[in-house]
This record gives sequence, structure tokens and C-alpha cells, in this order.
Amino acid sequence: MSQLQQRRRYKVLVAKLGLDGHDRGAKVIARALRDAGMDVVYLGVHQTPENVVRTAIEEDVDVIGISILSGSHIELVSDLMKKLREHGIDVPVIVGGVIPPQDYEELKKLGVSEVMGPGTPLSKVIEVYSKLAEEYRKRKRGESK
Amino acid sequence: MWDPSYLEKIREKLEEWEKEVLQPILKKLPERKQKFLTEQGFEIKRFYTPLDLAERGWDYLSKLGFPGDYPFTRGVYPTMYRGRPWTIRQYAGYGSAEETNKRYKYLLSIGQTGLSMAFDLPTQLGLDPDHPLAYYEVGKVGVSCPTPVEMEIIFDGIPMEKITTSMTINATAIEILSMYVLVAEKRGVPRHVLGGTVQNDILKEFIARNNYIYPPEPSMRYATDLIIWCAKEMPKWNSISISGYHFEEAGATPAQEIAFTLADGIEYVRWVLNRGKLQGWPRSVDDFAPRLSFFFSARTNLFEQVAKFRAARRMWAKIMKEWFGAKKPRSMMLRFHTQTAGVQLTAQQPLVNLIRTTIQALAAVLGGTQSLHVNSYDEALCLPTEEAVKLSIRVQQVLLYETGVADTIDPLGGAYYVEWLTDMLEEEAWKIIDRIERMGGMTRAVESGWPRAEIAKAAYEYQLKVEKGEVLIVGVNIFTEPEIPKIQVLKVDPAVRERVIDRLRKYRESRDVAKVKRALEEVRKVAEKDDVNIVPAIMEAVRSGATLGEISGTLREVWGEWRAPEIF
Repeated sequence: MSQLQQRRRYKVLVAKLGLDGHDRGAKVIARALRDAGMDVVYLGVHQTPENVVRTAIEEDVDVIGISILSGSHIELVSDLMKKLREHGIDVPVIVGGVIPPQDYEELKKLGVSEVMGPGTPLSKVIEVYSKLAEEYRKRKRGESK
Repeated sequence: MWDPSYLEKIREKLEEWEKEVLQPILKKLPERKQKFLTEQGFEIKRFYTPLDLAERGWDYLSKLGFPGDYPFTRGVYPTMYRGRPWTIRQYAGYGSAEETNKRYKYLLSIGQTGLSMAFDLPTQLGLDPDHPLAYYEVGKVGVSCPTPVEMEIIFDGIPMEKITTSMTINATAIEILSMYVLVAEKRGVPRHVLGGTVQNDILKEFIARNNYIYPPEPSMRYATDLIIWCAKEMPKWNSISISGYHFEEAGATPAQEIAFTLADGIEYVRWVLNRGKLQGWPRSVDDFAPRLSFFFSARTNLFEQVAKFRAARRMWAKIMKEWFGAKKPRSMMLRFHTQTAGVQLTAQQPLVNLIRTTIQALAAVLGGTQSLHVNSYDEALCLPTEEAVKLSIRVQQVLLYETGVADTIDPLGGAYYVEWLTDMLEEEAWKIIDRIERMGGMTRAVESGWPRAEIAKAAYEYQLKVEKGEVLIVGVNIFTEPEIPKIQVLKVDPAVRERVIDRLRKYRESRDVAKVKRALEEVRKVAEKDDVNIVPAIMEAVRSGATLGEISGTLREVWGEWRAPEIF
């Protein structure tokens, strides 16, 4: 692989926000994204919004993927989005897990780019991550010009 | 049991049938697939005959025997459901103690026969509800229970002397069981009368469920001490529920589910025997093994699931008798709870889940379960509503009262296919157990991260099969519909958090601080030593007014915290 191609690889962060331990989905997503050629920073369970934001900055990721199955998604995600804004970064956030369809809109209002619940095909997951990562990079390039 | 000349006759007839009946049909109408596979990956034949069992040296008396007798393949009790039906036990709890109490009473009023407590994540992880990490999670996936005051409200008006209660609590099992015992004793119900189960299975937390606190070694000491204490003090209480359910949920194959569960069981038995030497009791497995219990998942793949339960039962009996020299039949019995596979619920077309859970529940009953939880159809979207839970109980009641499946014991016993599958799963599971034995047992395996990695691998492989359409799921990759319907969902009122925290503050203000301090100091001292059982010190701390978070915090200081190796 040439250096140029290496630099093109998208870098994504996958984490479980909050205290719930159901990590099957997060791990499957992390592995699928890695197999699709992305660099995956997998933080695992019991993550705080602070830790996710700090890692996202340190690792300069293109997308943050959050999995929550405990029902605390609205509060945890709104805290995460607030902290991202405080740091002035608008990296796209994708949320997955046990989320009632009623809450999709509210999560998007909070600034979440996409909500993908159980049963979402991996091909779609990869497509959405790639698209959002590409858009984010373009935005960043635009800003730095 | 197989007459060679008769087997020869079957073989001849079979060949004749293949040539004259089967082949012409196959030419006209090929089968749906080239290969049919079980979820474990065994290739399934067109049908099975005595030849398949004879080939394996299958023998009725050694493989099956009779119900309530070694090796217990057919069931742990001589009369099974003809004598007593399985316990209808729905896992429940949310919000504050008041909501949970109301839900329990509702469940009992519509025919539930045992309770199963769900605690919120802070309670499971030893954090009081006012801890900063706890705040958003209070009352979300279960009830918040930092002090006996909450436990008292949860059981208000529920006869603790009559009902059996199962508690899904592991890293804080001793604190929670102490609260239950103290509330019962306050009501005049002595602990030796109490019946129920404490999950207390920390190994599976490390491998799959992730609600652990301390590192593996001290965690094993904690769990083992509770097993020993229960064996002495609470003769009707199951001191552990050795759980395979969470392995399956995390992605394990049926053979992995059996093997990891039994390997955990082996590890607990060894730990109890070793700590027994330090503490002077127990001296033999028969002192505590009768109160070890198990917990498995039931998936939709009916026959392989029934085979899974039967194989696990036979293997545990053998382990206890041959490896550990158990004498009491009860020590050899694998008694288990079943929950239908949550991971097979779909968010798409949620009502279809009722059909899945009915088949899963049937698998559990045909497999001889002692108690059963049927997931609700809405649980891929939220905690179950009252209406959804009612249907889960009705599924169990229809199976019990209308289908006749509970009228004879092990009705699939002797079915060539099911016996073949039972044997195959057993063989596969022994291979995995051997591997864990070579690693030095499950505590060592856990530290290495191997079981976690194996399960993650299996989960990913399964997902790829769904992706390729090799595994078909109605509503997900076949017969799909564009929208996920907005069904009625249950939301936990955030106000419960304030109520629980407020009560906790008052509790802290009302207690004798010096007494609490002394009790926590004692917990610390006992935790630092190795040869003392830790349960009495923790129970005293709870009695003195120490909260769950304070006790757990003290143990964290002594033992440290664990983070599992993250392999995906």
C-alpha cells in the first residue's frame, strides 16, 4: 500500500457509552469496519463522554460510533454532543443499540448524524461510516484552507 | 442393544429405498440446499435411523437412563412437569422500588410463580445512585437498590417466606443478598426458610456480560465465599447460577455455551474445595454442590437447543461423579433456568417476536428446564411494557396448559436425530473443556482473554452469515418491510432518580456514623486476609447502615479494579 493510500484510510472510534456491558454489536461493527479497511479505535465498555471526546481528539478520528443498550441514550448522547461542541469539534456521531424509533428524531436534533438500530446490514453500516468520514474530511480540509 | 442382523436388514432396506424411491425424486426435484447445517455447523442428514446411533455405540442405559437418575439426560426429577410445572419467572425491575414492587405484584396477579429481580447498572457495579458515573443509569435496566430501605419497599406486601426470588446480581451479590436476608429477618422470616437464587457468577461477567468490578482472583474469592456461606446458612437457596445465557447472547455457538458454562462450574467447584481447606469447611462436594444451579439460553433452532440442554445435563453429572467423586445424586443434577434468546429478537416487525419466543420456550420445556423467562416482543426496542410482559407469561401458560408437552418426560428422547445431535454437541463441548483444562482452568483462561476472543469471533462469523443470507431472519433479511413501527414503549421516569437519591441522603444522615466506619474497617481487614469468609463482615456492614457503594468502594480500595482485554 502506498503512503498516499495509507493516509486515506478512515479512522473511526467505536465505544460503549455508559455502564451497560452489551458489547456484541459494538465489537461486530468494529470488526466489520476494520475488515472494510478502516483504522478502528475500539474503546470497549464503560466509557464516559469525557473519555470518548478526549480519545476522539487525540486520535483525530473521522467518525465516532456509539453503542447504548441501557435506555440512557438521550441523556448520555446529549452530554457527549455538548462536550464535543465545547471542544469545537464537529466529528460525525453515529448511534446504535436498543433505541426506540420514537427517539431517532430527538437524537438527530441533538446533532447525531445517523441512528442505526438492530438488524442494520453491515454493508449499510460501512457505507454510512465511509460517507460521513469522507464528508468530515472534506469539511476539515475546507476549514484549514 | 443393537441386534447386528437387524441393523444389517435396516442397512439393506435403506440402500434399496435410496435407489428406488429417493434417487428418482431427487432427479425430478432437487433439495432446497446442497448442504443443511445446524447452528453449530454439523451437517444434517436427510433423516436418521438406528444405524446412526449404532455407529456411535449408542446405548440406552448409559446414555439416557431414567428421569431423576444418573446421568440425568432425560431430566433431573423422576416425575418432571407431571409432578410440578416449571417456574414461570420473568426477569423484571425498573425505576424505583415503588415501580418495581407494583410490577412484581402485577406479574404475580396474572400467574407468575416466582420472582426474578433486575437491578440497575449502578447497583450491579457497586455505585450508589449519586455517584457521577451512575447518574444517567439509575433505574434504567433494573431497580436501584443501594440500601435495605429500597429492598423493603420492593418486597412490600410480597410473602418472602412463600415466593422464591432469583437475583441477577454478581459483583455485588453479597451486599444485595444481605439486604434481602435482613429485610426478611426484620419481618420474622429466618434466612434458612428463604428460597431462591443469587446469580453470583463472576466468571461469565469477565467473559461476556461485563458487569465485573475487581480482578479475577479476588472476584473468585468473593463468589466462592458466598457459595460456602449459603451452603451453611441458607439450605434452600441456590448459591450461584452458572450462566451460559450470556455467552450465547454474546455470540457463542451451542457447544461453546455448554463448554464455557461447565468449565466455569468446574472452576467454582475447585475454588470452593480449596477455600474449604483454608476455612475448615466444606470438606466434600456433597456439602455444597446440591445448591449449584445453571442458566441457559433457548434459541429458535429447536432440535439443537433441546440437544444442548440434554448434553449439558449428562456432562455435568459425569463431571461431578467421575471428576469430583460426588455421592449425592443431587450434587450431580444440572438444574437450570432458561431465558429465550434476546439476541434473536428483531426490532423489525416486532410482533413476529412472539412467534420466535414461543418456539424458544418450547425448546426450553422439551429440554427439561426448571424455570423459564420468555422475552417480550418489544425488547429489541425498549424495556417491556406491561402488556408485552403479560403475553410472555401467556406463552408459558399456553405451553403448560394447552399443548400437552408437559405431560410426558423428555418426549424427544430416543428420536434418532435428537440423540445424534446430543452426542455430537457433547463431543464438541468436551473438546473445548479439554482446551480450557490445558490452559489451567477458567480463571487463567479469563485472564488471557481467550474465551472473550472466541465468542467475538463466533459473533462476527454469524453476522457475516446473516449478511450473505446464509442465515435467514424474517423481517431482517427476508420478507422485509420499509419501516420499523412506532409501537408503544416503556420509558423510565427520570424523577425516580431524585426520589432514590433523596432517600439515600436521608438514610446516610440517620445512621450511626462511627458504627458504619467500624463495620467498613472490618470489611477491609477481612478482605486483606485470605483465610476468612468475607460474607459475615459485609452483611454486618449492611446491617450497620453502610451503603452498597461504600462497601464496594472499600473492596475496590483493597482489591483494585479490572479491565478485560478488549479483543474484537
